Amino acid sequence: MHDQTLTGLAAALAAGEFSSRELTEHLLARIERHDGALNSFITVTGDAALEAADRADAARALGEAGPLTGLPLALKDIFCTRGVKTSCGSKMLDNFDAPYDATVVEKLAAAGTLSLGKTNMDEFAMGSSNENSFYGAVKNPWDLGAVPGGSSGGSAAAVAAGLVPAALGTDTGGSIRQPAAFCGITGLKPTYGRVSRYGMIAYASSLDQAGPMARTAEDCAHLLGAIAGHDLRDSTSVARGVPDYTEGLDAPLSGLKIGLPKEYFGDGLSAEVESAVREAIAVYESLGATVREVSLPHTHYAIPAYYVIAPAEASSNLSRFDGVRFGHRCENPTDLIDLYKRSRGEGFGEEVKRRILIGTHTLSEGFFDAYYKQAQKVRRLIRQDFLDAFEEVDVLMGPASPTPAFDLGANKDPVSMYLQDIYTIAVNLAGIPGISVPAGFAGGRPVGLQILGTHFAEAQLLNVAHQFQQATDWHLRRPDLAEETA
Amino acid sequence: MQWETVIGLEVHVQLATRSKIFSGASTAFGAEPNTQACAVDLGLPGVLPVLNEQAVAMAVQFGLGIHAEIPEVSVFDRKNYFYPDLPKGYQTSQMYEPIVGPGEVEILLDDGESKRIRVHHAHLEEDAGKSLHEDFHGMTGIDLNRAGTPLLEIVSEPDMRSAKEAAAYLKAIHSIVTYLGISDGNMAEGSMRCDVNVSVRPKGQEAFGTRAEIKNVNSFRFVERAIEFEVERQIELLEDGGTVVQETRLYDPEADETRSMRTKEEANDYRYFPCPDLLPVVLDQAYVDHLRGQLPELPAAKRERFQGELGLSAYDAGVLSASRAMAEYFERVHAVCGDAKQAANWVQGELSGALNREGLAIVDSPVSADQLGGLIVRVLDDTINGKAAKQVFQALWHGEGGGENNSADAIIEAKGLKQVTDTGAIEAMIDQVIADSPAQVAQYRDAEPDKRGKMIGYFVGQVMKASRGTANPQQVNALLKEKLDALC
Repeated sequence: MHDQTLTGLAAALAAGEFSSRELTEHLLARIERHDGALNSFITVTGDAALEAADRADAARALGEAGPLTGLPLALKDIFCTRGVKTSCGSKMLDNFDAPYDATVVEKLAAAGTLSLGKTNMDEFAMGSSNENSFYGAVKNPWDLGAVPGGSSGGSAAAVAAGLVPAALGTDTGGSIRQPAAFCGITGLKPTYGRVSRYGMIAYASSLDQAGPMARTAEDCAHLLGAIAGHDLRDSTSVARGVPDYTEGLDAPLSGLKIGLPKEYFGDGLSAEVESAVREAIAVYESLGATVREVSLPHTHYAIPAYYVIAPAEASSNLSRFDGVRFGHRCENPTDLIDLYKRSRGEGFGEEVKRRILIGTHTLSEGFFDAYYKQAQKVRRLIRQDFLDAFEEVDVLMGPASPTPAFDLGANKDPVSMYLQDIYTIAVNLAGIPGISVPAGFAGGRPVGLQILGTHFAEAQLLNVAHQFQQATDWHLRRPDLAEETA
Repeated sequence: MQWETVIGLEVHVQLATRSKIFSGASTAFGAEPNTQACAVDLGLPGVLPVLNEQAVAMAVQFGLGIHAEIPEVSVFDRKNYFYPDLPKGYQTSQMYEPIVGPGEVEILLDDGESKRIRVHHAHLEEDAGKSLHEDFHGMTGIDLNRAGTPLLEIVSEPDMRSAKEAAAYLKAIHSIVTYLGISDGNMAEGSMRCDVNVSVRPKGQEAFGTRAEIKNVNSFRFVERAIEFEVERQIELLEDGGTVVQETRLYDPEADETRSMRTKEEANDYRYFPCPDLLPVVLDQAYVDHLRGQLPELPAAKRERFQGELGLSAYDAGVLSASRAMAEYFERVHAVCGDAKQAANWVQGELSGALNREGLAIVDSPVSADQLGGLIVRVLDDTINGKAAKQVFQALWHGEGGGENNSADAIIEAKGLKQVTDTGAIEAMIDQVIADSPAQVAQYRDAEPDKRGKMIGYFVGQVMKASRGTANPQQVNALLKEKLDALC
C-alpha cells in the first residue's frame, strides 16, 4: 500500500481493493513505527484522520467520491489548520492553534483528502537542511546520517519513507525542490500567485509559494489541480482559470527545446550530480527533445538579492510574533520592552534571528537604497534573463542542488548553507514555476533534475517530468527503512 | 523683532466605509472592545489584507474635490514599528506613491479675502487599535476595534501663516469631506484629527525655522489654541537667546499648553518598504472619470453660486455653504419659498438660534426645510406678519404642525394669526384705541411735530394688541399717523 503512488491508491480505493480507513490505519502504523527515527512529523492527527477516512468511505459507498476522495496526505506545519497546532517549526508558535484553515487546507479537504498530520520544517521556513526546527532535525530516509533538505524537509522525508503518498510544502527559495531532490521525490513549485497564500504563515511574501510533493509528476498534477486558483482572500493570487493538469501528461516530447543554463553547470557542482543530470538530459534527447546551452547572465546575483529581499520581508512579517496576542510570551516581564525582547529572544531560533537582523538592517534609513532598492533592480534583471531564455527554448534544465544530501551538522557556516540554494533561488525571484524529479543517485543519495518553465507553464512542466518518469524508474526507488529503523 | 509663523497640517480623516480598509470587519463606532476585529485585524499568522475598493473610491473623490492630480498607480507600503495596539508590527500606509497627488484648498479669512493652501498629497492608511490603560489594574488592555479603520491622511504644504488660517484650513477640509460624504467628520469621536507642524522665523527670512510637531489635535478650537501657545513659546525661547529643538509635542487642552513627547533623536526608523501582500493600485481614466461624474457641487462652487445667482452677501453665502447639511437645508427652503434673501435670513436667524439653544445639528432640526419654506411663503404673500411668523415658527418647532409639509397654514388657521389687512377693520380698531387713550392723544397733540414720530409707537402697540398681533403693521402705522395728525 505505502509504496503506491497517489494515483495508484486512488485507483485501488475506487476498485474497492481496500478502504480509506484501512489505508489510513496502515499509514498511521508506519508513522508510529518509523517516525521516531525520521522525525518528519511535528503533529500526527490520527483520530481526525480516521474520522475523515470513514466519512470518505461513506461518501464512496454513496457514489459521491471524487478522484482524490479518501487519500491521506500530510501538511507542512506552516499551513494554518483549525484547532490543530500550527507551529511553523518554532517555539514561538508551540502553543498556537489557528482558528481557521488555510485556503489550500480547505481546498484539499473539499476534494475529499484527509490529513495525517503536520510535518516538520525549518523554523519559519528558513533553512536548507531542516536542522533549524525547534522540534529537532529531520533525518533523510535514504541515510539517517544525512539531512532531508529544507525547509520542507518533513514533507519530503515523509513521502520518501512511504508514511504518506504526498504532502504539501512551500518554496521561498527552493524549499520544495531541494528537499524533493535530497529525498528522491517529485516536488513542484508553481508560479507565484498560482496557489493562494492565505493561511500560510508568511516568511517572504513576494517569494513564498505552496506546492505539491509526491512520488510522481502525475500525482503532483492531481494535487496542483486541487489547490490552485484565485482566492479573494489573497490579492496576490492570480485570477486565472485552473486547467486540468493531468490532461496533457502523455503528450510526446518530440520537438521540445531544452535550454541548459551554463551558469548551472559551473564551479561548485558535484561531478556525480552533474553526470546524473546530464544522463537525464540524454534521456530527453532520446525522447525527441533538442538541447542547447543558454545563459542566465545575472544568476550570480540571485543569492545576494534573495538574502536582501527575503530577510527584509521576513523582518516585517515576523514582527507580529511579539508575545502580545498569541504564541510564546516570556515569564514576568518587567515592562513592555522587556516583554518584547525576552519573548522574541526566547521564541526565535538562531537562523530566524539572523535573518530578522539582516532584514532590519537593510531596510533601515541610509541602507534602504543601497540594499533593498538595488536588490529589487537585480530581481527585475533576473526575471528578464528567464523571459529572454524562454524566447528561445521551451524549458530549462539543470541540477536542483549542487550536491546530494549532505551529512547532518556538516554545514555549520550560514553562508555556505545559503549557497545550497544557488540553482533554486532565482526561480522564486522571477516568480516562474519549477519542478524537481528524481534523476539518479550520487553516493547512494538521490539526485534531483530541476525543470523550469515560464509563468503558468505548470502543465508543460508536468508533462515534461511525467514523460521522463515514463522512461525511467528513479522515482520508483524506495529507501530501505526496515533495516535503518528497526 | 517681527516674527512670522509657518504652519503645515497633516489631517487624518476616517473614511466612512462600511468595512475596514483591508478586512470585512465592521467600522461602526462604539462597539464592545474587540467585537469588530477579525483574524486580519488581529494580525493572526497567515492572514492577508484585501483592499477595500470603497476606500479607494473615497480617496480619489477627495483628490478630485481638491483639484489634485490622481496618479495612475499608487502603492501601499509598510511602516514598521512595535506597539501593542499595532497587531502586525507594521502599519500599512502609502509612503512613496500616494493615491492623491498635489492639489489645493481655498480658505476664507475673516477679512473676507480667500487664500489657496496647497496640499502636498493625500494617502490611504489603516488606523491602529487602542490601548486601555485605566480598565485593568497594573495591566494594559488592547481594543482592536479601530485597527484597520481606513484613514485618509491629507498633508498640506507649509502655507499657513496664523492659527486662524490653520483653523480655516481644517474647516475647509472638514467641509469638503462631509460634502463628499466620505467621512462623518465627527471630531469628538476621532473621525478627524490632525498633527500640526509649527515654526517661526524672522519676518522677511526665507529659510524655515526649526519646527515642532503637535500630535493628535481633535477640534477646530484646540488647533487654534495649540498653535497660539506653541508660537508664543517658540518666540519667547528665541528672543531669550534659546533654540527650538525639533520634537514631537502634545497639546493638553486642560492646561492649554503643549508638552514635549519625544525629540528627533528618539524618533523611530520606520523602515518603509512596499507591502508585498498588496498589488499596486492601478486607476484607469474611465474609473476616475466615473467618480468625477458623481461628485456633488463642492463648498467653493456653491458659495460662488449663492453669491452670483442668488445674490446673497459674501458672508451669507459663506455661512450657508460651509456644511453640506446647512446648504441642502437652505436650498430646499429657497426652492419652496422662492426668495433667497428671506430663506437665508430665516435659516441663519430663527432656525440657527433655536438649534444652537438646544445644541442640535441641522439634520436633527424639528422644523423641516419644507415647513420653514411654507412659513416664509405666508410671510411673502402677506398672510401673516413678521411677529406672527415667529409664533408659527415656535409652534412648528414644538411639533404643532402635525408633521405636514405646509403645516404653517394649519397653525395660522388654528391660532387665528392671519394678518388683518382690511382697512375698515383696522380703522375701527384705531378709532377705539384713540377713544380709549385721551391722555396720550393730548400729549401727542401738544408735542412738537418732530417728536410725534416716536410717540406713535404707543398707539401702534395698542392696536396690535387689540388685533392680537394680526394687523398689518405697515397699514396700522400709516392709518394711525393719518388719523392722529388729523386731530392736531
